[in-house]
Amino acid sequence: MREGAVLEMRGICKFFPGVRALENVDFTLCKGEIHALMGENGAGKSTLIKVLTGVYPMDGGEIFLEGDTRAAVIRSPQDAQKVGISTVYQEITLCPNLSVAENMYIGRDSVKGVNWKKMNEDADKILQSLDIPAKGSRQLGSCSIAVQQMVAIARAVDMDCKVLILDEPTSSLDEQEVAKLFGLMRDLKKKGVGIIFVTHFLDQVYEVCDKITVLRDGKLVGEYVIEDLPRVQLVSKMLGKDLDDMSDIKSESKPYDGNKDETVLECRGLCSNAGIKPFDFHINKGEVNGFTGLLGSGRSECVRAIFGADKVIGGKVMMNGKEVKITKPIQAMNCGIAYLPEDRKNDGIVADLSVKENILLALQVMKGFFKPLTTAQANEFTEQYIKLLDIKTASANTPIKALSGGNQQKCILARWLLTHPQYLILDEPTRGIDVGTKIDIQKLVLKLASEGTSITFISSETDEMLRTCSRLVVMRDRKVVGELSGDDLNQNMIMNTIAGGDK
Amino acid sequence: MNKKLTDKLRDMSDTNLLLTITLFVFVIMYLCAVIFLGEGFLKPQTFLNLFNNNASLIIISCGLSLVMITGGIDISVGGVMALVCMSCAVNLDLNGGNVFTSLLIALCIGLAFGIGQGLLIAYLDIQPFIVTLAGMFLARGLTTIVHTNPFNVENEQFVHLRETRITVPGLGTVNKHGKYIPAYIEIGVLVAVAVVIILFAVLRWTKTGRNFYAVGGNPQSALMLGINVKRTRFISYVICGLLAGIGGYVYFMHVGSGSPSHASGAEMNAIASSIIGGTMLSGGVGNIIGTLFGVLSLCTIKDIVSSIGLDDAWWTGITIALMLCIFLVIQSVIMVNKHSNKPSADSTDEKTAKKSAG
Amino acid sequence: MKNFLKKLVGMQFFIPIAALLLLALFNLIADPSFFRITLGQNSNGDPVLSGYLITILDYGSELAILAIGMTLVTAATGGQDISVGAGIAIAGSVILKMLCGSNTRPTELQMPIMLAFFIAVLVSIAFSCFNGVLVAYFNIQPMVATLILFTAGRSIAAWINNNELPIISSECSRSFSYFGNFIPGIPIPTPVFIVAITIVIIMLLLKFTTLKLYTQSVGINPKSSRLNGLNPELIKITAFAILGVCVAISGLIKVSRLSTINYSVIAKDIEMDAILAVALGGNALSGGKFSTWGSILGAYVIQFLTTTLYKLNVSSDALPAYKAVVIIILVVASSATVREKVGRFFKELSSGNASAPGAGKGGVKA
Repeated sequence: MREGAVLEMRGICKFFPGVRALENVDFTLCKGEIHALMGENGAGKSTLIKVLTGVYPMDGGEIFLEGDTRAAVIRSPQDAQKVGISTVYQEITLCPNLSVAENMYIGRDSVKGVNWKKMNEDADKILQSLDIPAKGSRQLGSCSIAVQQMVAIARAVDMDCKVLILDEPTSSLDEQEVAKLFGLMRDLKKKGVGIIFVTHFLDQVYEVCDKITVLRDGKLVGEYVIEDLPRVQLVSKMLGKDLDDMSDIKSESKPYDGNKDETVLECRGLCSNAGIKPFDFHINKGEVNGFTGLLGSGRSECVRAIFGADKVIGGKVMMNGKEVKITKPIQAMNCGIAYLPEDRKNDGIVADLSVKENILLALQVMKGFFKPLTTAQANEFTEQYIKLLDIKTASANTPIKALSGGNQQKCILARWLLTHPQYLILDEPTRGIDVGTKIDIQKLVLKLASEGTSITFISSETDEMLRTCSRLVVMRDRKVVGELSGDDLNQNMIMNTIAGGDK
Repeated sequence: MNKKLTDKLRDMSDTNLLLTITLFVFVIMYLCAVIFLGEGFLKPQTFLNLFNNNASLIIISCGLSLVMITGGIDISVGGVMALVCMSCAVNLDLNGGNVFTSLLIALCIGLAFGIGQGLLIAYLDIQPFIVTLAGMFLARGLTTIVHTNPFNVENEQFVHLRETRITVPGLGTVNKHGKYIPAYIEIGVLVAVAVVIILFAVLRWTKTGRNFYAVGGNPQSALMLGINVKRTRFISYVICGLLAGIGGYVYFMHVGSGSPSHASGAEMNAIASSIIGGTMLSGGVGNIIGTLFGVLSLCTIKDIVSSIGLDDAWWTGITIALMLCIFLVIQSVIMVNKHSNKPSADSTDEKTAKKSAG
Repeated sequence: MKNFLKKLVGMQFFIPIAALLLLALFNLIADPSFFRITLGQNSNGDPVLSGYLITILDYGSELAILAIGMTLVTAATGGQDISVGAGIAIAGSVILKMLCGSNTRPTELQMPIMLAFFIAVLVSIAFSCFNGVLVAYFNIQPMVATLILFTAGRSIAAWINNNELPIISSECSRSFSYFGNFIPGIPIPTPVFIVAITIVIIMLLLKFTTLKLYTQSVGINPKSSRLNGLNPELIKITAFAILGVCVAISGLIKVSRLSTINYSVIAKDIEMDAILAVALGGNALSGGKFSTWGSILGAYVIQFLTTTLYKLNVSSDALPAYKAVVIIILVVASSATVREKVGRFFKELSSGNASAPGAGKGGVKA
């Protein structure tokens, strides 16, 4: 074992039917370092972590832990916990029906029997010290996603671990919470804990990490010290090719040259039962605009109200100048609106169905119950869009759940493009997918706009919005608080408007 | 609904909320029975008879609740009860056994079914419904194979045991002739009460008990939290099988005979009781005390129906179904209301409040 | 060759077909006369086919029809309807009530049989939709929601006829018994035709509408389906309504066979068999993707088994025990865990030869 290493994985292999998820991957984690594990979606990061924590059995290789010359045997998450590896997974893996405190202590060997009073007190203490706004006795399912994620982190941190794995823990946290988490990570680092950190946010990597290991297509690309690897190089290592300058995609594409003043959709005083204040909104032909604001500011709720995904309780919607009634998604679809939802896994894909069925679903629903597409049509459409969007799949009949996140997102995008919408709503289309696909999607957005489609683009990453949108609607506390366009469109102005400092 | 109540509702765990509803409904129902149907329901013996007649149902419902909390289902319990009755009857009267051998047989049958089904469900990942359906078929079929015709047990030792009555001090009534009649319970009731208490304690205060809830709530998460999901599932079926064996013996003590048609439909009654008691079939939510009151509610309804004079068998079916229906709808409406109060709303408020303060 | 075998074992229909073949083989060895089909005459002098195979086709009809509806409900809701037996009792009771009126021993029918059947279909759909509404709008698990009708159904059936048992004698109407027996001059039992017609209608429905896609999509992810413009509640209720029609058809066959009804015994435990048929056909009871053919095959496997056991002189009360053993063997053989182990075993055997990469068996998904 390498000097000071707390964990060493050698020659890890993992096969899934038809796929080599990991091939001969080495990974070394030293004491007291924060080690980023980077790679595109489907590069094998999550698989490597699941092998390490015993969720998947490995097909080859060895794992060594500090102070033991023999290979460690990790067959289940339980084993992993026992040898001092604690993990926060990408999806929240807690039980919603139990209390917050129980979730923090269940499945840990240190507890014999359940002393409710003590457990709640202990939990409250930890939650307080981490500044998590929750009580130990509360049922976890009634807490917000961000709090749930923080509870998962609190649990992992509280365990006396040698290795802490954080698999994209920040995707549902806001900036403050992320800062809190980073403080915590630095504390643990001082105590000598080795931390594996997986994220898609490059900023975060350069903020806290010491080393980076890059994976690509299930193979190890290399291990680098952070100072030696500038961003551009990191990205090109992840993609396996040199990156064309991303900041320039806006100027590359030409704007829509038709009548730009033609209003496609206009709503007045629209309001849904999801708790947003009534808002006005309009979008012109060939325009790309965006909703921005902190997490929970109501930006998703706004577009959901437009699409009729939440129950609309007031307001008027006008499509091409004519008033339309949209209370259900199907009505919106018939008006030519398409909506790519924020939560890909729960609202987007139909996991067990094939890529083909997933792509055709919306079009089929619009055509109606008694008019199924013919097999020839179905195949033609599917082939066309798989090629157009460069969806990587074994075949059109592969279940969509077997695809990587980015490719799943492309399928959902294909589903909506196939309905030829006038107005396309993309809610966080780039969340949790790799850099390459992110750029593809942004380019596609601009291309569609230049062909006359109106698009609303929502993203947590302000860079992306600045690159694609020509107008931004700013939200705070479930209300529209401002609109930015032209020269106002820059980081500072956005931040100021979000914070309310411009008044 | 005012805001305070909504907040309170939200802070309550699902399990406690459903338990409260069950208790509330039971009390209301019994009060109604007392007010509208007269004194009969005020007699302590009437109340105790609820236990006397349904001790076995309480026991198997507890087992079923446990399995349902863990996210499974066991529909073999009725069949196992019948098999236990018949086997014990044959052992006592035809094979010269005594009370202990018969009790041993009952426990072994229950355990065997529990272990067998548990293995198939937990370790081979076969759908619980199918496995326990097979279990039910097997038990019912074996009952006839053990002995075809129903008969009463005449073993003296057993008859003595079966007729033992435990007097409850201070709860007697004086009848028309001025004679004091003490209130009594059967032995089975003690067993049932013990089962309820033990199981309640296990579910509330032991690690294994909480594991049942975790596995029922989200098996994938439970696995990631370091719980041995397979073993937990397995244990739940073993306990349920064992309780079916015990329940079978208690039933046997109550009826004193073996018959292939014994305990028919018991599994559905047990499932209905568990649901009325606030257990959710989707898993992770439930309470043994609730189950106890679920059984009592179900049986009170039966009593009410028969005391109104609608003795026809079909009315019982219809009223129980009606009650089940009302119950399910109430539960569903309350749960939907509770969870549609966007859980994120308050915490983001907290967050933004902090932000503006900071 | 090996790949072919592997593909075969991985096929959805492998289990029901293998079970059928095994049962057939068993019977062939035990007594080849099992397969004999003879053309005889019934008491009315009409030509009828008889033999065990005909019995299976005949008596498996109700189950096959129910299995179709049950498959759709399973796929759309991820749960099962356990009230179909009670539903058959209700449908049968309605048919008899309509045909007999207030007289339990009518001398002539009160209305055409088809009209009575049509009314029974409507009633059956109404009850099924009640189940459907509980499931779709109140989010109650199907098994629990249908537990209500399971408990009350037979009582309701008895109540419809005031707990009396109407009998339609052959003097009153000969044609009523045609549905469950034979039509004079046609040697094949009528239920077989009814099944065939039902299957054809369902297959046309699946082919010329988008029912299959909608049902699967709702069964797998109702939230996403809603955002794609589907109405998950409506589709779930539709699935229940189709099952309602199937129940009414089975009810007609059942009462026609007996010319009367016994509320507590008619179609007893048939819900269990129907669910079993769905599972045997390789459909996941948790919903989603489905195959109607698999379920139909499953239904006949169950009937094949029942008939075989009857032939071996197993009493009808003890029958479930043997059935249980066979079910356990089948489900164990088809369980993913066992298949994977067996697959690995074969792989190790063949690894001495050329090891084919990626030849691992399906269903290893964690």
